[in-house]
Amino acid sequence: MNVDAAPLLVADSIVKRFSGITALSDVSLQVGAGETVGLIGPNGAGKTTLFNCLLGILRPDGGRVVLDGTDLTNWPIHRRSRAGFGRTFQRIELFAGMTVVEHLLVAARARRGNAHLWKDVVGLDRPTADDREDAARTLELLGLTDVAERPIEALSLGRGRLVEVGRALMSEPKLLLLDEPSSGLDRSETAELTETLEVVNRERGTAILLVEHDVEMVQRFASRLYVLDFGTLIAEGPTRTVMSDPSVRRAYLGESNVSDSGVGEAV
Amino acid sequence: MSDLISYVIRGIPFGCVFALVAVGLVLTYRTSGVFNLAFGAQAFVSAAVYYDTRVRHEWPIVAAFLLAVVVVGPLVGFVLDRFIFRYMRSASELSRLVAALGLLVAIPQMVQLWFGQSPSFGVVGIWPSSQGSDFAVYHWGQYALNGDQVATLIATLIVGVGLTAMFRYSSIGLRMRAVVESPRMAELNGINADRIGTFAWMLSSLIAGLSGVLLAPLFAQVNANNFTILIVAALAAAAFGKLSSIPLTLFGGIALGILGGILAGYLPTNSVIAQGLRPSLPFVVLFILLIFSPALRRARETKDPLAGVDPPPAGLAAVERSRGLTWSTRIFGVVVGLAAISFVMNDKYWLLLAIQALVLAVIFLSFTVITGMAGQISLCQATFAAIGAFATAQFAHAQGTPVMLAIVIGAFAAALIGAVLAIPVLRLGGIYLALATFAFALMFESIFVPLGWVGGGASPVRVARPVIGPVDFAGDRAFFFLCLAVLIIMSFLVILVRSGATGRFLDALRGSETAAQAIGINPTRARIVAFALSAFIAGLGGGLYASMAGSAQPADYAYFYSLFFVVLVVTLGSRTVEGAINAAIGFVIIQEILKRLGLSASWEPIFFGLGAITYAKNPEGILEAQKRRSNAFVQRQFDRFKRGAPEPAPAQPSSP
Repeated sequence: MNVDAAPLLVADSIVKRFSGITALSDVSLQVGAGETVGLIGPNGAGKTTLFNCLLGILRPDGGRVVLDGTDLTNWPIHRRSRAGFGRTFQRIELFAGMTVVEHLLVAARARRGNAHLWKDVVGLDRPTADDREDAARTLELLGLTDVAERPIEALSLGRGRLVEVGRALMSEPKLLLLDEPSSGLDRSETAELTETLEVVNRERGTAILLVEHDVEMVQRFASRLYVLDFGTLIAEGPTRTVMSDPSVRRAYLGESNVSDSGVGEAV
Repeated sequence: MSDLISYVIRGIPFGCVFALVAVGLVLTYRTSGVFNLAFGAQAFVSAAVYYDTRVRHEWPIVAAFLLAVVVVGPLVGFVLDRFIFRYMRSASELSRLVAALGLLVAIPQMVQLWFGQSPSFGVVGIWPSSQGSDFAVYHWGQYALNGDQVATLIATLIVGVGLTAMFRYSSIGLRMRAVVESPRMAELNGINADRIGTFAWMLSSLIAGLSGVLLAPLFAQVNANNFTILIVAALAAAAFGKLSSIPLTLFGGIALGILGGILAGYLPTNSVIAQGLRPSLPFVVLFILLIFSPALRRARETKDPLAGVDPPPAGLAAVERSRGLTWSTRIFGVVVGLAAISFVMNDKYWLLLAIQALVLAVIFLSFTVITGMAGQISLCQATFAAIGAFATAQFAHAQGTPVMLAIVIGAFAAALIGAVLAIPVLRLGGIYLALATFAFALMFESIFVPLGWVGGGASPVRVARPVIGPVDFAGDRAFFFLCLAVLIIMSFLVILVRSGATGRFLDALRGSETAAQAIGINPTRARIVAFALSAFIAGLGGGLYASMAGSAQPADYAYFYSLFFVVLVVTLGSRTVEGAINAAIGFVIIQEILKRLGLSASWEPIFFGLGAITYAKNPEGILEAQKRRSNAFVQRQFDRFKRGAPEPAPAQPSSP
């Protein structure tokens, strides 16, 4: 598909090989500003590899990653984050020993760059009132205000994932990458999360790229889809069109034709 | 050419012993996930038992060998597994390392209590000597091997082939490999992980005992220090085998021995550097291997996938206290502190002890930064103190710099070296970082300290007490207040850094490195800063210590103290400033108590070495854990005392 304005994220013919095995061959993907895009594919299709190439956890063997006009193919992870990437994790990654609001405050500070020892020594680098207000607003948006001062260990998985979303939002990302956010959540928790993400997208204009197994969630949430299989893109386009594409149904949903209601796959 | 070959031949038996210990190391690492730094110490146990029975009590070879290697060796392994490491299988790699460190500190001291500290010469090997001469010597052309060397070769061959075959072909080898991956998972599949673990520990301890008995005659005496060299050489060989391949490990050990033989033959004997280089070869090799081996750099800490089912440690006690109680505690602390000060002011002896405690507390604050805040175990903090002390001495003595300024310069020198060291070392995670700092500490001690412009050569460089402006701190009372001021300033520095952005970034990195990176924290930068700050504090303390003692004595900063300080601070509490101060007071007071009771000073490292094993249970330190427990009780009494004040709602964690 063609995007008239320069898209927010351009991944241009990404290639990744692991000792002879080609995990990604020439995969290109674009996300426009404020757009919600899904990336789906069966297990082993290369979704996570692509995700890691975008975030800088893996270096691609070919191709470019451009965010908002800046080529950051060879940037380290933390610089990409400051450039506008936010993310959540498939296996939840929180800071043990911190409270919920501290997660958000440290992210707010990290957005502004490196710590300076001399500033700490003179006590100049404490969380600002602005940061606290910002954190309170984000907690409100995610419905976490009541647990703000709780240690993170006391939260359920579903709310923990919301803390991850909040932490990512505090660095004011242009693009939020979500790695299987529904994994480990039950049906109602997933629905709640989807709703919250829709609000985030609507109210903050944050573009969201979603790697997801739960087809139901993707269908509901993403306006556009990319489908990976064996390291190549086999389909892309508006969600409705892609989901009815026979080759997608074959690759992703299995040979036997499954009705739409039965495809919600719990991971 | 024939020189070279004879040097090589001389090196091979050493290489074989290195290889044996390395294989034992890999064996325990692969089956219990413990990087057993105490292995050298276990070898020392068997060597001491063999020496005692064979030489002092003149037992026959076979009996002495059976007792030292076949009985005592596995017995030590059995005890370590049953009472310590069995309970740590799913603990973090770091806490297992701390436990092994504790044993490394404690075991040689325990042996020396019984065996004696004096060097024991006249060591005999396990090869029967031929008539008329002390050694059986076997000639082969122009080259010769003595019986002990032959015994070493044969033993290495048997162990190498036997272990490789066991791992490859036997069912117990297969089960061992399963236990390494995940003990809990293996148990779910019906493998008795406990029994496998015990077997592996006994087997590897047997090998450790064997190598101890084989090594002693090569060094011609039984001495705990030789076994430190042994463990480092073995670590280098194990690193060469990437901690998994037994044939590669064997090869690495033997190659290291040969390299040592060649160096011993060809290096000039009149240069201080060359003299230092020879014994420190294993450290240099380990350091280089760790820094430059891409395989090790990529190797992430292996973690039991089911390890996360244990509940996380509780928060610090200070966080859970009410404001009123916190202030009451502080006021109480100040009152006790003032009482203590007025006491030591009137007692010359206790004043000196108090100064020692203050200076040590400054050095221990460096652990609050590197271990408490950055979550890394550094085994070269005494080396940073040494750098501070030697720089202070050299600047004050040779350049005539004012002493206080020289101490600050020394601290900056330590910080600089710390930062430079951190850049390559920090790419290695957790356990490898600890090993690299250990290698650095040993390297510094054997190569740099003997140099005239560092350690002062034959006699240590004298350091005066500082004079600042009109105030002369030569008197002990004045010096006490100077040290107190430095400690207070450094404590506030640490507290400020911890609550500032640097501390919060380090907290985040400790919680989850990947997530911290994902919000824009540069992990390398944050950790280099922590390392340099910690080196700065240690260097400052080292300079003060030299000024206290009157000279920069290399023996005051020996590598042993790096290890001992780690276990001491970690046992008592590395997370808080209070913990560092407690550790310093504890160190001095226990030393004093042992002295008054007429007990050996060895009891202190034994006590804290074994205490470090509790780290797995209380990563915040036993005093901190105790404090948390008594906290609730005191808080209740406090609330009752306030009477009528509403009970504060306890922070009940909601269950998910």
